[in-house]
Amino acid sequence: MSETLTAGGTRKLQIWRGDLTSGQLVDYELETEPGMVVLDAVLEIQRSQAPDLAVRWNCKAAKCGSCSAEINGKPRLMCKTRLDHLPADEPITVEPMRAFPLIRDLVTDVSWNYRVNEQITPFTPRENLREGVDVLNGDFLIDQSETDRISEFRKCIECFMCQDVCHILRDHRMHNRYYGPRFMMRIASLDMHPLDGVDRLDQIADEGGIGLCNITKCCTEVCPENIHITDNAIIPMKERVVDQRHDPILKILGRTPNKGRSKPPARSATPEL
Amino acid sequence: MTTVASPPRRLGATMRRDRWWIQPVFVVTSLTLFGVYTIIHVILNKHYTITAGGAYLESPMFSPDLPKFFGFNTALPWAFLVLWAPLGLRSSCYYYRKSYYRSFFLAPPSCAVAGAARRKYTGETKFPLVLNNSHRIFFYFATIVIGFLWYDAIRGLFYHGSFGFGLGNAIMLINVLCLSAFTFGCNSWRHIIGGKLNCFSCSDTNRTRHRAWQRVSILNGRHMQWAWISMFTVWGTDIYIWLVSSGAFTDPHHVF
Ligand code: SF4
Ligand code: SF4
Ligand code: FES
Repeated sequence: MSETLTAGGTRKLQIWRGDLTSGQLVDYELETEPGMVVLDAVLEIQRSQAPDLAVRWNCKAAKCGSCSAEINGKPRLMCKTRLDHLPADEPITVEPMRAFPLIRDLVTDVSWNYRVNEQITPFTPRENLREGVDVLNGDFLIDQSETDRISEFRKCIECFMCQDVCHILRDHRMHNRYYGPRFMMRIASLDMHPLDGVDRLDQIADEGGIGLCNITKCCTEVCPENIHITDNAIIPMKERVVDQRHDPILKILGRTPNKGRSKPPARSATPEL
Repeated sequence: MTTVASPPRRLGATMRRDRWWIQPVFVVTSLTLFGVYTIIHVILNKHYTITAGGAYLESPMFSPDLPKFFGFNTALPWAFLVLWAPLGLRSSCYYYRKSYYRSFFLAPPSCAVAGAARRKYTGETKFPLVLNNSHRIFFYFATIVIGFLWYDAIRGLFYHGSFGFGLGNAIMLINVLCLSAFTFGCNSWRHIIGGKLNCFSCSDTNRTRHRAWQRVSILNGRHMQWAWISMFTVWGTDIYIWLVSSGAFTDPHHVF
């Protein structure tokens, strides 16, 4: 690659500084090296100009999901966004995620997500998969076709950028009514598991709030792992809810999804932000 | 002091600097034009078949030809008796829902761009939007219409009983292929054919349905593209047939 394509040079950054009560975008300027990512620039500013700048990061390899931020207005991982992929003629803005309470500068409190996660009954093996198959005895070997569908969801690094961009949480602040795309997907991965024994359809429809999702796919657009959250998790779960609640033909035929699965234990209300 | 990191509520508020509004503008313009065009032609209720020289090419907006089939004559826009199915499929289609929620309802107009302020956001939980959950019903009826369109495309290959081929035939065939690719990439169909199963490997039937689900998933992965392509092929086919049948030019074809 030619020098100009990867070249560093002087770049301007505007970084959000402040806490829940007040704050502002502060201008910084720095000499950059070729190939630098936004996190490099932010850490360099922290080292040389603003030692009190709060920023969270861990792996710097797009695998831990810690450095989520809003770069030029879009949720992105700071460690995966190269400076030379951002327009050179204007300052780069770096802001914290908006859907969660700010702690300081670029660091937000994402613990609401963990409280939501606790509401979901974890994988519970079912005993009655098929006549003559003793699951607990290891009679059933999982097939590649099953894992192929579910493994996509296991790529999630819990960066929570899908939660951040989802307008239900971001704009409408309905954290107590909607679990958010990341957890729609967690329930999907359990519901699609042949060996799971719990029926979470009522949960995803009622407390989970899947009906609030209007499939506008922003979650899919920002996911750094390129998980097809909407097409492969949310829409299939919406269709399963249709099976259970809306399809008149299935009603007449008396077909209900998730036969042989047990209801999960009672949940508390969806956690407040 | 500017507090930009608080959630923006003013419609269109964003820190994005790309031209995110191009897409909504394109969607609103083309869907509106398509809707208005369809309504005008259906109400006009003529110039929808090419019959010159033994041809029989019928516009996809007027198929099946109910007046001909049942032997009645009407100036009323009868085509709506059929069109509700494909138009219902499109208006409850998961892809079109995304595009009109964004572009018409501004909920949100684009990602990380503040949407229209609403007193209470209810998504698809309340009437009328909750009716989008009946999408599969429209799918069932729309496949019947696709059947008629295949019949039309094949019937069009015969001119007074002898095989022929021309520009009109090519347009009709391309159109019905694109419409099929759109219809059979439907998310509800993908669910019904196999996606609803929790265990793909539990029986032979399930294994077959898993293979079918994989095929549908391929079409489904390009559902947005097929939605647009097939909308424009229907539109184009209708315009072509309108022009030829009103005598603007003749359909070039060869009868073997
Ligand atoms: S598709 Fe649904 S979950 Fe994803 S961002 Fe849009 S509204 Fe939120
Ligand atoms: S689904 Fe994607 S965007 Fe959402 S938390 Fe997981 S990795 Fe991040
Ligand atoms: S036709 Fe688009 S989802 Fe069914």
